Formats: sequence, C-alpha cells, structure tokens
Amino acid sequence: MARMPVQFRLNGSDRAVFVEPAETLLGTIRRGLGDFAPKFGCGQGTCGVCTVLVDGEPRLGCLTLSVTCEGRSIETASGLADGPTLHPLQAAFMEHFAAQCGFCTPGMLMAAKALLDRNPNPTRVEVVEAIAGNVCRCTGYEPIINAILAAAQQRGVRRA
Amino acid sequence: MARHQGRGMASINYPIGMNLGGDPSQALVHANPDGKFTVALSAIDLGQGMKQVSRQIAAETLGVPIEDVYVDTADSDTGPHDMGSFASRGTHRVGNAVIVAAKEARGVLLEAAAEELEVNADDLVTDGKGNIHVRGAASKSITVKAASQAAQFKQGKTISGRGIFLIPLSTVNPETGEMSPVTAYAHACLVVDLEVCDETGDVKVNKLTSAYELGRALNPKMVEQQLVGGAWMGMSHALYETPEPYYPNPEHGGRDYNEYLMPGPGDIAPHDITVLERPAPDGPFGAKGPGEMCANPVLPAVANAIFNAIGVRIDTLPITPEKILRALKAQGGARPQARRA
Repeated sequence: MARMPVQFRLNGSDRAVFVEPAETLLGTIRRGLGDFAPKFGCGQGTCGVCTVLVDGEPRLGCLTLSVTCEGRSIETASGLADGPTLHPLQAAFMEHFAAQCGFCTPGMLMAAKALLDRNPNPTRVEVVEAIAGNVCRCTGYEPIINAILAAAQQRGVRRA
Repeated sequence: MARHQGRGMASINYPIGMNLGGDPSQALVHANPDGKFTVALSAIDLGQGMKQVSRQIAAETLGVPIEDVYVDTADSDTGPHDMGSFASRGTHRVGNAVIVAAKEARGVLLEAAAEELEVNADDLVTDGKGNIHVRGAASKSITVKAASQAAQFKQGKTISGRGIFLIPLSTVNPETGEMSPVTAYAHACLVVDLEVCDETGDVKVNKLTSAYELGRALNPKMVEQQLVGGAWMGMSHALYETPEPYYPNPEHGGRDYNEYLMPGPGDIAPHDITVLERPAPDGPFGAKGPGEMCANPVLPAVANAIFNAIGVRIDTLPITPEKILRALKAQGGARPQARRA
C-alpha cells in the first residue's frame, strides 16, 4: 500500500515523514525519527512504556496510528531536559531513586508530566491513578509516586 | 461475609553466592592517560547497583575520587570472566575481585609516583582527591594524573591490576553429607499485616514491617531501593504472578501481558524497613548485599498471615482468590487464629 505523508511537531520541531497506513506512532518515532526514548514493551497497550503526549494528553504510542497525528504536537521524554538542565520530574526521579533498570522510566515521566501539566498539585491518589497504566518491575512504585509528588511540590515552590 | 485481619511473619537466613566450582568473579583495572581509571567486568547491572557499588569500591581502594573511575560492565567479549549477576553474589564476589585488582593497580601507581618524587613508594599516601603525597609531608606531592602520564610516557609502566575472588570448593563429607556451601549469610525478618475477604477470597496487604541484616550497606539509599522494590516483587509472587492462573490446565493460561497479573501502583502497602549492619569478615568493606533476599521473606510471611486470618494453610503459589475460596469451602468457613497484639 502507498505510504502516506504526515507532519507533526516532535518535542517542538516540525517533522515530516512518510508512513505506512498501519504504522504506529511508536514505530514512526523510533524507527522513522530516531527518538528511542519511548520504548516498545508489550505492543498491546498494557505496559505503558511507550507513553507519549499527543497535544498534552498521554497516549500509548503502540496503539496510536501515525496517520492520526497529522498537525499534532508530540512530546517524548527526549524533550524534557532543557540542554543540560533536567526537567523537575527527571531531577526528582533521580533524587528519589525512582529508576532501576530504567525501561519504564520514559513512559512514567510522560504520564507524570501529563498529570502535573493539568493538575500542578495532585494528591497521592491522583498520582497513583495517573501512573496506573504504567508497569514497573523494579521499584515497587513507591519511589516513583514519591518522586512525582516531590516534583509537584518543587514546581509549586518555584512558582510562588 | 467478613474481612478477616491476619498477621504473619517469616525469618530467613540467606546465602550470599554459591559454591559450585568456587563461584569466581574477575575484575581488571587500568589507568588511562588522563589519570582516570577503568574497571572492566563481565558482571551485569540491570539496575540493582552493581556498577555504582563497583565504582565506590574501586575509588576507595585506589584512593582516587569516585568521578575518576569508570566501570565497564556486561561485555563478556572484552571483560574478564564472571559467573554472573545472580544468587545474591554481585556485591560480595565482584566487590572482592575489584578490591584485589584495584590494590595491584594502586601499587603500580604509587611506584610510578615514587619514581617521579624520588622517594620510597612505601612512604606515599593518597588523599582521595587526585593527589599522592609523602606521608606527613603534603607539599611533597604529585597528582594521580601526572603519575599516570609519567608511568605511560616516561617510565613505560602499565598502571593496571588483575583481581579474582574464588572461594575454594567445599567438599562434601561422604559420611555426614556436611559441607560449607557459602561463607556469608544475610538475614531478614518480615511481618505482614493483611486482610482476607471470605466471600471473594481477595487479599489486601496493609503493611509490611521488616528488618534486614546484610553486612555493611555500601550505598544505603540503593539498599533501601532494593528492599522496597524487592518486597513489592515478593508480594507479586505471593499473591498475583503465574503463567498458569486458570484451572484446570495450562491451555487455559495467560498468553500475554494482559493476562499476566501483577500488583499495580494502587496495590502497594507501606513498608517500614530497618537495616542492621554487621560487617561480614570476608565481604568487600564488610558488605554482603541485599540480593534475592529482598523478595524472599514476603512469600512465607503472606502465607502465614493468611493462615492467621482465616485458618487455611495454602502451600502453592500464588495464593489466588480461587485457592482461598476452595480451601475455605473444604474447611467449612473461616477459622481466625489467635493474634498477638
């Protein structure tokens, strides 16, 4: 089948690619555009390691067709840091030992970013709900939840 | 219908490493022309901290800043042989090998510095900040970088060291079967508080309280990280995970991620951890390491707590609601056991 042109923004840069009609956003980002931050895990929307933001909303890259992303703004974990300055979430993940093997981390960060962008001061329960679709095998979640809450607090402090 | 409270505990005595063929680990350390050091290992870091701990041990032994040590792990083509990252052996076995290798490299480094300073190498000390000086005379000094460069470009010496840690194979006494399988044991005690619903068979873990004795904690934050994450995995093994969750045979089993059950972030319980440090005589700086033990005591403690709550003894894992309901039916209902305050 003929490949189709798609244009979207990836971490603030305009990108234009040709994709297969059934190609997933995750495949396009990784293979087509060389951004390997979002990971391929289960490929069926269960583990959350492919989580990216589409117009600010968390989406499973493995279940999103690239052709549906025309004109949208996509964010991945690669776009979080500002040069050498880590995003508050990244810094908090580091300080709270929220990563071990690191495979879930890019998805966790994006799920957390979507939460904090729309709810800067979440409760613990809201944090748990926000990452409920992301599986982690190493940390037992506790350090991740603590990191997200700390990042929220940090941002609040800076804003005040 | 009622939800029954239960408390269970387990104490374990856990071997560090194994004794099959001596259980060797090797390490190679060498200085680079910029005065920094590379530690080559075949040990694997999958997030548990092998790299960090090896780096700390190498820096401490060499007497150089930790920033000046790079650890290259998990390439069995270029690294020296290692049995692997399993059996809770990493910190203990690899750490000891790194100490031996770093000591040898430090010896050459001090010889090179001694030649430059025209003093006896035995009189030299390192300050841990990248300098080598004569004991008691800090002004008579040379940087690690200058000594490394002198060794390489002037003296024709390789600043390097080889290390291996090998426990002599323990033979089995044919009369008694007695042997010494390992040289170091770590210990843990864990208490689980949970509740069991006698209508649905659902188990909710409310609290974990534990004490771990694992030699010296070389990196206390990473030890805590291992214990928190490991306990979650123990809970997962005890109550959730199996490739064959469905009665009666594997053909009804799970096929993919959707059907492989694990507790999520909403299922975790508060975990109160106490770490006791009793340095091991043969451990690197007294360390034994948390290893597999961080998951193990959770399983028997959960099984005991369920017995305490409803009086049924379930001896296969995971303890699913189905098993609990079948056992309750066979027993004719819940029989809560005595509880201590």
